[in-house]
Amino acid sequence: MSELSGQVAVVTGGSSGIGAATVALLAEAGATVISADIQQPATDAPGRFVPHDVTSEDAWKALLADVLGREGRLDILVNNAGVSGGWATIETTTVEQWRQVEAINSEGVFLGCKHAIEGMKVTGPGKPESKGSIVNVSSIAALIGSAGPAAYSASKGAVRLLSKSVALYCAEKKYGIRCNSVHPGGIDTPIFDPLWQAMGHEAGKAMIGSHHPIGRMGEPGEIGEMILWLASDRSRFVTGAEFTPDGGVTSGLIRRTALAS
Amino acid sequence: MRLENKVVLISGGASGIGAETARRVVREGGKAVLADRDEDKGRALAQELGESAAFVTLDVVDEEAWQRAVAAAVETCGGLHGLLNAAGVGVRNAIEDCSLEEYRRVNDINSMGTFLGCKAAIPAMARSGGGSIVNVSSVLGLRGASYAMAYCASKGAVRSLTKNVAMHCAQMKYGIRCNSVHPGYIDTPMIAPRLSGTIANMTGRQWLETLHPLGRLGRAEEVADMILFLLSDESTFSTGSEFVCDGGLTA
Repeated sequence: MSELSGQVAVVTGGSSGIGAATVALLAEAGATVISADIQQPATDAPGRFVPHDVTSEDAWKALLADVLGREGRLDILVNNAGVSGGWATIETTTVEQWRQVEAINSEGVFLGCKHAIEGMKVTGPGKPESKGSIVNVSSIAALIGSAGPAAYSASKGAVRLLSKSVALYCAEKKYGIRCNSVHPGGIDTPIFDPLWQAMGHEAGKAMIGSHHPIGRMGEPGEIGEMILWLASDRSRFVTGAEFTPDGGVTSGLIRRTALAS
Repeated sequence: MRLENKVVLISGGASGIGAETARRVVREGGKAVLADRDEDKGRALAQELGESAAFVTLDVVDEEAWQRAVAAAVETCGGLHGLLNAAGVGVRNAIEDCSLEEYRRVNDINSMGTFLGCKAAIPAMARSGGGSIVNVSSVLGLRGASYAMAYCASKGAVRSLTKNVAMHCAQMKYGIRCNSVHPGYIDTPMIAPRLSGTIANMTGRQWLETLHPLGRLGRAEEVADMILFLLSDESTFSTGSEFVCDGGLTA
């Protein structure tokens, strides 16, 4: 039951959506979980909350110092914080919007990996050698096209290749640190708030769900389970790979019109 | 003549893959508008290519410069039918030794530069009756490399952005296609710094050659041939796709 006992995990964007579900699952598996987010979590949320802006390198340094100072080690980082950036297309996206989405979704993941590696190399009582698992939450938008937000597609494509580069680098250095990307399909989280506002939650959910071969949107916990598996030693031979809990969206022929709207 | 009367705007047109594509565009009856930061080289090549070529100064991270480049192409050549986003930087860095400033610089040029090119060109291309956008990504937009972290991220972004642009233009019925090209290591000025030095008892060039099953580096004209196919009406059913030109590297 407690396969992550003694391990320390950081989850960015841990206050809502996939992040909140992941915090709960990692804690349930026995890990000490730090939920890092710019937003406050629910009052009954598990884990220790640390206010954190993923775009700030100083914030990452402070977070790492906090984690190593209080827990003495770092084993797991889930780079989950992300924004859709609204629904601006290639024609309507401004440079400012582009930079904001890249800063959070792409630079935030870069900074997280960079500083987590430093933390995961730290050894101590109960952790004799450098070891860790980094899980980067990308999107199906990195794998297939949809006429949705352009900056979002680009940022998630960056995360996909960044993850592979980090995985290969850590393997070459024999750090014992793995790095993989997760590409969720449509998950019922606040990232879809603009769509819910436009057409209502239930109608929007049904519309997006109908374009997943499995017939519905995913729930945050269904991605959390994938992340838990990648965080744990059950996936110890897995690195630089991409995982698609997406209800079948990237498996083959689907009608793309709904995802495009 | 495979590109008769078609106007193609080429970022990074002064050298490498961009320059070789410009030569082919003109040879096949099209008009090439070379856009580059290197004014001397760009003007010289435009002059060499004659009446069917023009030069415009472009820094790809400057949105207004893109608007001027597109306007210049439309004014001097009467429309815009093709865009090649070939400008880019090749930088070696690993996750532990890359600063935030360097990560942003590489992604700005390679990824945001491509975004701004597509954004500026789409309305002009739609008014010209449609066309083809070709974005130069890399084999490192498909496979990771430990020594090129920021470059991998930027080229992965170009690959995904290309599909986004393709779907947007399809939905809007603009008649504009958008595809990505993924070259292996091509013998251009970009990789010149990589050819000297020694890796594992080999010169930099020999080491790069061993990455390719064909046993050599690619030539800019080999990538330009693939780009020409994508710019021309020979590829009218291809959009949102990845075209690999890598001597077997990703196989």
